[in-house]
Amino acid sequence: MSERAAIFDEMGWPDHIRPPYALVDAWLKSLPAEQLALKRREAEVLFRRIGITFAVYTEGGDPERLIPFDLIPRVMAQAEWQSLRKGLEQRVRALNAFIHDVYHDREILKADRIPERLVLNNPQFRPEMVDLDLPHNVYTHIAGIDMVRTGPDEYYVLEDNCRTPSGVSYMVENREVMMRLFPELFRRAGVAPVAHYGDELLETLRSVAPPNCQGEPTVVLLTPGIHNSAYYEHAFLADEMGIDLVEGADLLVKNEICYMRSTSGLTRVDVIYRRIDDDYIDPLVFRPESMLGAPGLHFATRAGNLTLANAIGAGIADDKAVYIHVPEMVRFYLGEEPLLQNVPTHDCSKPEDLAYTLAHIDQLVVKAVHGSGGYGMLVGPHASKAEIETFVAQLRARPHDYVAQPTLALSTVPTFVESGIAPRHVDLRPFVLSGEQIRIVPGGLTRVALRDGSLVVNSSQGGGTKDTWVLER
Amino acid sequence: MLARTASNLFWLARYMERADYLARLLQVAGHMSAVRVDADGNSEWESAIAAAGCHEEFFARHEAATAESVIDYLAFDRGNPSSICNCIETSRRNARAVRTALTSDMWEAVNTSWMELRDFESSEMNEDRLTEFLDWVKARTSLVHGVYANTMLRRDGFHFTRIGQFLERADNTARLLDVKYHVRLPTVQDVGGVIDYYQWLAVLRVVGARRAYRVLFKGHVEPAQVAELLILRPEFPRSLVFCFEQICLNLDAIEAHDPRLSSDCKRIAHSQYAALRFGQIEPIIEQGLHEFLSELVDRCGLLGAEIARGHLF
Repeated sequence: MSERAAIFDEMGWPDHIRPPYALVDAWLKSLPAEQLALKRREAEVLFRRIGITFAVYTEGGDPERLIPFDLIPRVMAQAEWQSLRKGLEQRVRALNAFIHDVYHDREILKADRIPERLVLNNPQFRPEMVDLDLPHNVYTHIAGIDMVRTGPDEYYVLEDNCRTPSGVSYMVENREVMMRLFPELFRRAGVAPVAHYGDELLETLRSVAPPNCQGEPTVVLLTPGIHNSAYYEHAFLADEMGIDLVEGADLLVKNEICYMRSTSGLTRVDVIYRRIDDDYIDPLVFRPESMLGAPGLHFATRAGNLTLANAIGAGIADDKAVYIHVPEMVRFYLGEEPLLQNVPTHDCSKPEDLAYTLAHIDQLVVKAVHGSGGYGMLVGPHASKAEIETFVAQLRARPHDYVAQPTLALSTVPTFVESGIAPRHVDLRPFVLSGEQIRIVPGGLTRVALRDGSLVVNSSQGGGTKDTWVLER
Repeated sequence: MLARTASNLFWLARYMERADYLARLLQVAGHMSAVRVDADGNSEWESAIAAAGCHEEFFARHEAATAESVIDYLAFDRGNPSSICNCIETSRRNARAVRTALTSDMWEAVNTSWMELRDFESSEMNEDRLTEFLDWVKARTSLVHGVYANTMLRRDGFHFTRIGQFLERADNTARLLDVKYHVRLPTVQDVGGVIDYYQWLAVLRVVGARRAYRVLFKGHVEPAQVAELLILRPEFPRSLVFCFEQICLNLDAIEAHDPRLSSDCKRIAHSQYAALRFGQIEPIIEQGLHEFLSELVDRCGLLGAEIARGHLF
């Protein structure tokens, strides 16, 4: 059997169209090629004009680039989505319970279900958070769970993003652009809306107002500023919520109360949706040279005058070595069997796993435990001999820093490419909101690897996006 | 509202207004140098530099004010922070920093201007293309001003935008008139001559007021009446009195500021407005138009600084 034949195409393109894609298939067949080309150009103009761009570092040329948008939607049936949704909810409950536990009684470590060193020696573990109680015990208010699919009923969680996951603006704007380009298609399709994400997010943030907040909480979004690669998203979300978009210099902590500098003086701030990493959020506690956050934010939080979302220290749950243990967290905290599976993962800090990894490196994906964005990663089947050799040297030197996973046959969805329409690998990042309750907008962000055969969907590595449809019936 | 946001809106509007003024200035200078009858065709360009308020900076980098050097410096030079290109660039940067305070129409107007600007910059510039460019600048700035006026909530963000636009406009109008009085005429004999007449006409052209002048004064262009139109006529939307009325109205509308802090900028704005509103052109000219205008330009600078201090920019 060839490699291609083993890959699951979600549409069943071109000859075995699966039911959720029936309408998309008919639509694609009915559209003349020149009209599609026209619409593709129109989409690009729309993205540029609205300013949906991201910044790419270390490359010359235009610093504000578009993420390529593919017109063919990725479609899920309602039943498919419902089973995913339940799994996501369960997983995020367990992640929050875990973070709360490691900063309080550490029951899961005492029960020896997760190795203590993995948590306490982890740079993402923040001793500053020990014994601090947070509203509703929530740490990761906004979680992005990266999912891949290998068959009709086979989903895997690739990684959990518990700190400051990005990409949700593309989920909302992709839909907006698709609806502008093909209004007629949506009238027939019955697609669950996603435009209320901003409302859901604001409700979530308001529900975690700090104990000392009186009356309506004031919520702001804290951005590192216009040079951040996700700045567009920060502005977009602030806009969708109708809240102020602040930078560190706009904030001030006095007597453990956080204020923003307004034209009428100081205005009290209760909840900060921060898009700045822990290391930069409070120079009094973390990096002293940071100009991005504001001094004292952590103390305002400790005093019960402020909520940071996501909480400091939430990253302890999304480390790639901790990831291995998430199914165990579900069993331990919820007493349930996990609905979502992990990708089977080899922990290279264990001698037998390391040996296996080295012996099968040409078949495995090896990832740095603390890496992100597709950097520090080796895709064995696609790597050259020289790349493998360099990587093996790093791996042998610091086996603790790596995990290895089988190369999954990621599902594909038909995508526009130079030569016409061709299958391309996709993943899915749904966004799970946790406050006094869990809220999930149907679908998520579908990222697509535009290069033939590539499995890397990151926007910094030539990935694109698609509109993600959950059918209402 | 966030003080940084207020500051960004204020400057966004100022830079757009400045781009518009510079485009008008260059168009008229080009027109004037074409109708000039004397040998030295460059004085139009030198006075354009003076009216743009960047005499010193320009001559630090150029020997002479020629058509090429002035057009390049005022329109395209990235080394001149107030060139048209940089004004649009800075406006867009300010807009991007406060996207949430803009309406989406306003952002699209600013952002599209910036994108089209890059097309102009990457293409070869010749005389036809320059005309097209300057017309485009005027159209885009009008669009931005129109869009914000039509879409922004009448709250503090709008008021700061408005103040930025009219403070810049007051400054520009005062400089334009001042230059006419003191830089342009080569010799005393030229006063009242043909050149003089065309130059007064040119001043009216820059502020787009030829028709307004005819409607209000009828007949020949008289220097005192041009000055009256540009300084004291409340019907004319580029006059100093009109600008200061807008500044005062919008300063007063800004909510709940600390009265101790913001009283200084209000005092400056209102006393200047009163002087303009009840002023008469004869005493102003008698006491020296140049003194009056240069004092006003200083006032604009002071007022800008006090507005920033009073609202914690």
